[in-house]
Parts: sequence; C-alpha cells; structure tokens
Amino acid sequence: MKILTVAFKNLQRKKIRTFLTIGGVAIAVAVLVSLMGFDTGYQKSLTNDIDKMGYQVLVTAKGCPYEAATLMLKGGGGLRYMEQSVFDKIAKDPRIERISPQLAATEFDKDRQNGQGGIILYMGVSNSYLELKPWSKFKSGQWFSSDDADEVIIGYEAAELEQRVAGDQIFIPNLNKVLKVVGIFERTGTQDDGIMFIPLATAQRIFDLPGKLTGIGIKLKDIGSLGDFEESLYNEPGIQVISMAQVKGTIFNLVSSSKVMTNSVAIIAILIAVIGVVNTILMSVFERTKEIGVMKAIGASRLDIFHIIWLETTLICVLGGFFGEIIAILGTSLVEHIIRQTLPYAPAGKLVIITPVLLLGSFLGAVIMGLIAGIYPAFRASSMRPVEAIRSGD
Amino acid sequence: MVNILIKADRISKIYTLFAEEIKAIKDLDLEIRQGEFIAIMGPSGSGKTTLLDILGCLDKVSTGKLNVLDHDVSAFKESSLVKIRRVNMGFVFQEFLLIPTLTALENVVLPLLFSGLPQEHSKAVSLLERVGLGHRINHLPRELSGGERQRVAIARALVTTPKILFADEPTGNLDTKSGQQIFDIFKELNQKDDLTIVLTTHNYKLGLQARRIMFLKDGCIVSREESSLFV
Ligand SMILES: Nc1ncnc2c1ncn2[C@@H]1O[C@H](COP(=O)(O)OP(=O)(O)OP(=O)(O)O)[C@@H](O)[C@H]1O
Ligand SMILES: [Mg+2]
Repeated sequence: MKILTVAFKNLQRKKIRTFLTIGGVAIAVAVLVSLMGFDTGYQKSLTNDIDKMGYQVLVTAKGCPYEAATLMLKGGGGLRYMEQSVFDKIAKDPRIERISPQLAATEFDKDRQNGQGGIILYMGVSNSYLELKPWSKFKSGQWFSSDDADEVIIGYEAAELEQRVAGDQIFIPNLNKVLKVVGIFERTGTQDDGIMFIPLATAQRIFDLPGKLTGIGIKLKDIGSLGDFEESLYNEPGIQVISMAQVKGTIFNLVSSSKVMTNSVAIIAILIAVIGVVNTILMSVFERTKEIGVMKAIGASRLDIFHIIWLETTLICVLGGFFGEIIAILGTSLVEHIIRQTLPYAPAGKLVIITPVLLLGSFLGAVIMGLIAGIYPAFRASSMRPVEAIRSGD
Repeated sequence: MVNILIKADRISKIYTLFAEEIKAIKDLDLEIRQGEFIAIMGPSGSGKTTLLDILGCLDKVSTGKLNVLDHDVSAFKESSLVKIRRVNMGFVFQEFLLIPTLTALENVVLPLLFSGLPQEHSKAVSLLERVGLGHRINHLPRELSGGERQRVAIARALVTTPKILFADEPTGNLDTKSGQQIFDIFKELNQKDDLTIVLTTHNYKLGLQARRIMFLKDGCIVSREESSLFV
C-alpha cells in the first residue's frame, strides 16, 4: 500500500463533493485552454487571411481606415467608390510588381439561408486577379471567356452553400440579370471562399457604376519602398493607402483590448477553482481530525500527513486538468461559434487551435495549482497534535 | 534482572484552561516492567487517559522525568516522540478509530507504511487470523461489528511488533461478551507472547483479571495491587 492509495481512497469517500471540486478545476482549465487556443488560432488565421490576399497595399476611397480594413477583409474593399482613372495612373509606377483593381458590390437575396435572406458579395475583378493570387485553383471550369462576359466564378464555400456547378445559371432578382457559372474555385481557407467573382467591366455595367472601383490591391517589388510609394500618392485626391501590415496590427489591437476582459474571466475562474479546492480539502481535513490523530498515534510523521493531504489536493487538480482539457477540445467548435458572433472581425480559418504544447502547459499549470492549493490544508493537518486530534469532538 | 521499560519520576501533566491550571497528573512515580499486564482504574476525570497518553509517548509531560526504553523523553518534541512510539508502542482506543476507507487488512498494514517497515501482508493476515478475523480481511470497518472492529484495531496495534500495548478503555463500547473476548485476547498476548500491556477500564470484572491493578484518583495513584484473579 502506498500513501497515494490512502489519499485516493479518501477522495472516493464523498464522491459528489470530490466530483464538484474536480468540476470547478476542469472548468477553469477549459476556459484557460480555450482562451489560449484562441490566441494562437486567431493570430494564425488572421495572418493567413491577410497573406492570402496577395497584396501588401490596398488603395481605397477615403474614409475611416478601420471600417475600410474590416470591410475589405470581409469582401475586398470598402464600399466607397473611386475613379478608375486613379488605377490607370498608379499602374504605371515602376515600383509595382502586381496590381489588381476591384469593384465590390453586395446584393440581398431573400431566398438565402432557407428563406431567412442573406447578403451575397459580388466582386468585379480583372484578369490580373489571378496574378495576385497565384495559388488560386479551379475545382472545375475556368476563367471568364471575355472581359465583360455575363459570367461568374464562385468561391468554394459559396458554391457548396448554393449547390452550384459549372454551367449553372444564376439569377440576380434585384437586377433582373442572369449570369452563367463558368468556374468554381478550390478552397483557400480565406474569405474568398464565400465570394462570387465576375469580370470588372461586367460589375461596373450591371451594378451601374461605370468607371468606378472600390479598391486596388498592390504588391510592390520591394516592401521597403512602401513609405515612398505611399507618399507619392499623397497628392491624389479622394484616396487612401492602407498597408496590410497596418490592418493586421489594427485588428490585433482591437482583439487584444477585448482579451483583457476574457483573460480576467480566466483568472477569476482559476481563483474560484483554487478557493474551491482549498475549501474542500480543508473541510475534509477538519472532518477527519480524529483519523489524522490516530494515524499520528500509529506512527505517521508530520511529513506523512502533509504528504497525504497534499496528494489529495494534487489529485483533484490533476483530474480537473485532465477533464478540463477534454472539455476544451470537445468544446472548440462551440467556442468558435460564440467568438464569431461577438468579434468585429473573425478570419476564415480555425479560430481556436489547441496544440499539444498548450495541453501539456495547462496540465502542468493545474498540477502546480494543486501543489499550491494543498500547502495550507496539508500544513493544518500535519500540525494537529495527536492527543488533541484523537480526543476532539467528544 | 527484570527489564524496566518505563520509569516515571514525579511526573505531572498540567492543562491550562481559561487561565486556570488543571493538574491532571500529580507528581506520579511509576515503573513498568517487561511482561506486565496493568489495568489502570479510577473514577472519571482521575487522569487515566492522560497517564496512558504520556506513557505511550503520545503527549509530553509538564514536569518530572520520564524514561521510556532508555530514552529520557521528558524533553522530547513530537517529532522525536513519534519515532519512539511508532516501532515500540501499539495503541487501541475505545472508539476503535479505524480508517473507514481502508479494508481490515489495509488498516492493519497502515502502521508499516508509516514506519517504513516492509509491508508483509502475510504478517498482517496472520495477525487478523489470530484475532479471529481471517475471514474478514477485505471488509471495510462499516461492514464489521464493534467487537470485530476492535479486533482489527488490536491487529493493527501489533503489526509493528511493539514492546508495549496501550489500550484506553478498549471494551468501553462493547457488550459484556465481546468485551470479555477482547480481554481474553489481551491475556493471551501477555501470557503467550510476553507482551507488556497497559490498559484503562471502568469495568471491575475485567480490570481484576489483569496482573496488576492501579487505582488513580485526582491524578495520583492511590493503590497498587497484584490481582488475585489473574490466571
Ligand atoms: N485537553 C485538555 N484540556 C484541559 N483539561 C483536560 C484536557 N484533557 C483532560 N483534561 C482534564 O484532565 C483531567 C483528567 O482527564 P482524563 O481524560 O485523563 O480522565 P480519565 O480518567 O481518562 O476520565 P474518563 O474515565 O472519563 O475517561 C480531567 O479533569 C480533565 O478535565
Ligand atoms: Mg479516559
């Protein structure tokens, strides 16, 4: 028999109490793992989202840059318009490696989402779009047959949702327009998966925005020349230059301010769990005063008693840590769902990524928490004097 | 030459309760020799339990000199007392005080765990068999009768092969029949194994069966007599 057996058997004595205490630890660990998993996941997905845009600089019509940034991430451009002449002027700049004009437009489709209605994003793009995103692949079909064909290429998820295949006809009721599906893109894991792409000229025509653009995506030959490049556009009226690095930073800032809130929730959950553990163990120590006394009488040293109580606390936290991690892993999709509802902007990829390192780290954290929480109750138990403990309570 | 295990020289135990001093043991002299079987008797509050605790190294004396197994324990701290008692003393209590989560066998093995002695299960089993519980070794205390629990407690007290067995009213919670059975076990241990036994009891019928009887009153020994009933 080992000290561990004695400790473990004691935890089984009051099953509900032990279970609840373990539950408290499990919840705290689950919250912690989810939040930290979200940290990693969000950062990774956002970076992926932005890198996969293919451009480092976006030129848009003047407006709130944050609004533009989020709108753009959701659909490639703030819905303010600028003249195509700007594009013609910038395009000649020798510092530019690739450049692609875009015109975004949204349409409300009342039949979407089982009759709930939903917004469909149309993106007018030119042939240079594919140069900006060389990784784009067609799942089926191909590029538009001409620059102003009434054709559409659908992002992977939009096609799945609408059950579209190449060759289908799409009717836009508000415009009374029919477009032919000529291609479907492979999944990219970014917002592009939910977009309908149409030729730029077609977009300008059917949405009645001749010579207008919502944004210009630019990849520079050398990102170091960004400052110069921005400066050269200063004199251009009605436009602004947004660098994607800036956008990333802005979004991170937005998210980290809300992270302060969530982190304090995690800390409070952990504190409550620790108090719960200390309370439970302390209670069970006092209930067992006589037993502890008799153990001392039959030869247990202070250290032996300390050991038993400390082990009980640590066992609770180890089990709590284990179950908490299982809860966190099983709850990932739920957490993702909640985050998507609350965040101003959520990237397309996995928002919560739970890595083995994170699991190991938080498990160790739970163990350490147990070791710390156990000190006081174990000390109290080990300090009991045998005679007083044995005679207590009569 | 008779082996003296415990020698008490004018020992006292003073409790302080609300600034009032209670002298539970008063300048008491005592010798306990190897192989003795002593019953301490006396009215409630006379200091029987207190004396037993002190002799068993469960508690410290307030004044006087106490020599236990050639150690002057008068000045010992609890950490030193535990080392003396865990290999030399066995304890049996009125309320049995078994660990409720452990089986009879585990309860008996527990002192070995604390003493760091080899956990010989065969020894624990044979002790349980000796007290007539060979068929109950895997039972939890709550599945045993009072008499059976006290027998487990005796096996637990014996597992470290102690030199002295202390029992504080071991039959106090038992009916006459089981009380006598427990007492018979003590008698046998004393006679066959030459185990030194010190116990307290309120029961004259049982107390008079010990080899020596000591009457305590207000913390003093008022009479010591050899029993005529001891057989
Ligand atoms: N922890 C304590 N604090 C204060 N006084 C105590 C304490 N323990 C015992 N006493 C007192 O010491 C005296 C002796 O008590 P003790 O328990 O030794 O008596 P006893 O002979 O065992 O009595 P009983 O037959 O009822 O068990 C009593 O007056 C008691 O009130
Ligand atoms: Mg008593």
